[in-house]
Amino acid sequence: MRTAALIKRIFQEMFRDKRTLALLFIAPLLILSLMYLLFNSDKVQPNLGVTGADHQLVKALEKADIHTVHYKRITNTEKTIKDDDLDAVLQYKDSQWKLTLQNDDPTAAKALQMKLHQTVSQFQSALMNNDKAARPMEDIKTGYIYGNRNTDFFDVLSPTLVGFFVFFFVFLISGIGLLKERTSGTLERLMSTPIRRWEIVTAYLVGFGTFAVIQTIIVVLYAINILDMVLAGSIWNVIIINLLLALVALSLGILLSSFAASEFQMVQFIPIAVVPQIFFSGIIPLDGLADWLQAVAKVMPLYYAADALKGIMYKGMELSDISCDLIALLIFASFFTILNVFALKKYRKL
Amino acid sequence: MDYSVEIESVSKSFGKKAVLKEISLNIEEGKIYGFIGPSGSGKTTLVKLMVGMDDPDNGTVHVFKEKVPNLGLLQHIGYMAQSDALYLSLTGKENLKFFASLYKMPKSEAAERIAYAADLVQLTADLNKRVSAYSGGMKRRLSLAIALIQNPRLLILDEPTVGIDPELRLNIWNELLRLKNEEGKTIIVTTHVMDEAERCDLIAMIRDGRILANGTPDELKELYQADNFDEVFLNAGRKSHENSRSN
Repeated sequence: MRTAALIKRIFQEMFRDKRTLALLFIAPLLILSLMYLLFNSDKVQPNLGVTGADHQLVKALEKADIHTVHYKRITNTEKTIKDDDLDAVLQYKDSQWKLTLQNDDPTAAKALQMKLHQTVSQFQSALMNNDKAARPMEDIKTGYIYGNRNTDFFDVLSPTLVGFFVFFFVFLISGIGLLKERTSGTLERLMSTPIRRWEIVTAYLVGFGTFAVIQTIIVVLYAINILDMVLAGSIWNVIIINLLLALVALSLGILLSSFAASEFQMVQFIPIAVVPQIFFSGIIPLDGLADWLQAVAKVMPLYYAADALKGIMYKGMELSDISCDLIALLIFASFFTILNVFALKKYRKL
Repeated sequence: MDYSVEIESVSKSFGKKAVLKEISLNIEEGKIYGFIGPSGSGKTTLVKLMVGMDDPDNGTVHVFKEKVPNLGLLQHIGYMAQSDALYLSLTGKENLKFFASLYKMPKSEAAERIAYAADLVQLTADLNKRVSAYSGGMKRRLSLAIALIQNPRLLILDEPTVGIDPELRLNIWNELLRLKNEEGKTIIVTTHVMDEAERCDLIAMIRDGRILANGTPDELKELYQADNFDEVFLNAGRKSHENSRSN
């Protein structure tokens, strides 16, 4: 009953604070979109150098929005690409197709490669229909100037980013929410009423949790439907993982606010409690790190969330494949929640 | 005689600073008890110990014969903190409703109590305004209304009339006296205002974490050979100063 009263009050306060609501719901979308645009700046027409290709194919390539430069002969592929600033070179030599990608921007290179494959295979099937002898175009031998075929940044990054923004904004807003209650003296005032400590913690988890749920769903739907992020697994699983992560962020935010005397001090927790988590969330490969650094990763909630999200969104895994990650997140959430009940002892011993 | 509050040799320190030193005090039921003393003398700490928001390092506090801290007791204690602890983005009414819902109270009674408390502090007309638009005095009044919301047997008011104009202060004091006389409530007030001190039944002078003297206003005036309470306050200060020097 008291918990319900507290939850209702949290809602009332939230709806009066339109800017916080906007931060919670719109800011993650804004930043996610920005990242998406930054990593997907492949709107420029790619330059493709071609040797030994059939006229019709060149026409088809031009039609597919690829700017082609025709070379009679290329002796040094790498040099030609660098000197003429080509995005790729397509060569037909000894009845073998060879594609060399500059790959300075993995996303753009990937897009170009996909387009080429599409065009070439369309062209090939057209030839087949014409009953001409099919040339072996199915497997184009692909080389890279920079990086390799596995570098595709945003695809790998996007699951982590979704998790991170859910974590970050829920952390910030829940932490500051309870902090306001502390600094205004109302928490102390609350403690002079017969409310129990766990009732306060529960109310905060449910109250802010509701907003976290809405935020999570908006972010996930936006990322997948509007930004077209790769989703190999089920969207429900993505939402489940993010909800768990939001719960961890919520309980951690509330907990750390116990150790902050002002909003500014709460913001100071960001480089300490939030930023390191990004580094350990799989953006940087962890396998090459020192053992103790790998151990550090294991105490970061985002590490498990990112692993689970990557599993579902990128590798198309099922919930059962990532159950360990889910359990780890649950443990984090319950651990922080219990600590919260104890942290409130500062205000009343009972 | 029934005591509402029994304090037995209570000490409390924060870090190295001893805030309360061996305080013993009994507060009779149905009396207005005033704590006077300079800022930092330990009044607020003592008051918080009675509510149970803090634990004494030594000694015990009993309220209505039950040991503090005790969650059940909080139903019967109305507390008004020194600083206004209000939800600024909510209206006065929403604040009252919220605090009312934290106590065991039927809905109909809650509505009655809200109307009564708001009327008492003359906030009825402003009840639907957000607290952020309230003046300092209005916030103080709302805090007082909240302390009264669950109809507690014991009222603990930490400097309740700071920032309230003399007319309203008189009204509030008349109401406190009525609550005492008609409803038999025990009221504990800390104050700096000496004419308020004179309206109390009993007074404790607190300085440096000790109770220098306690008794009725007249007894204290006699003790410090003073005509009014300002003098009592000043003389008590001088006396304790001399004592500490001779020590």
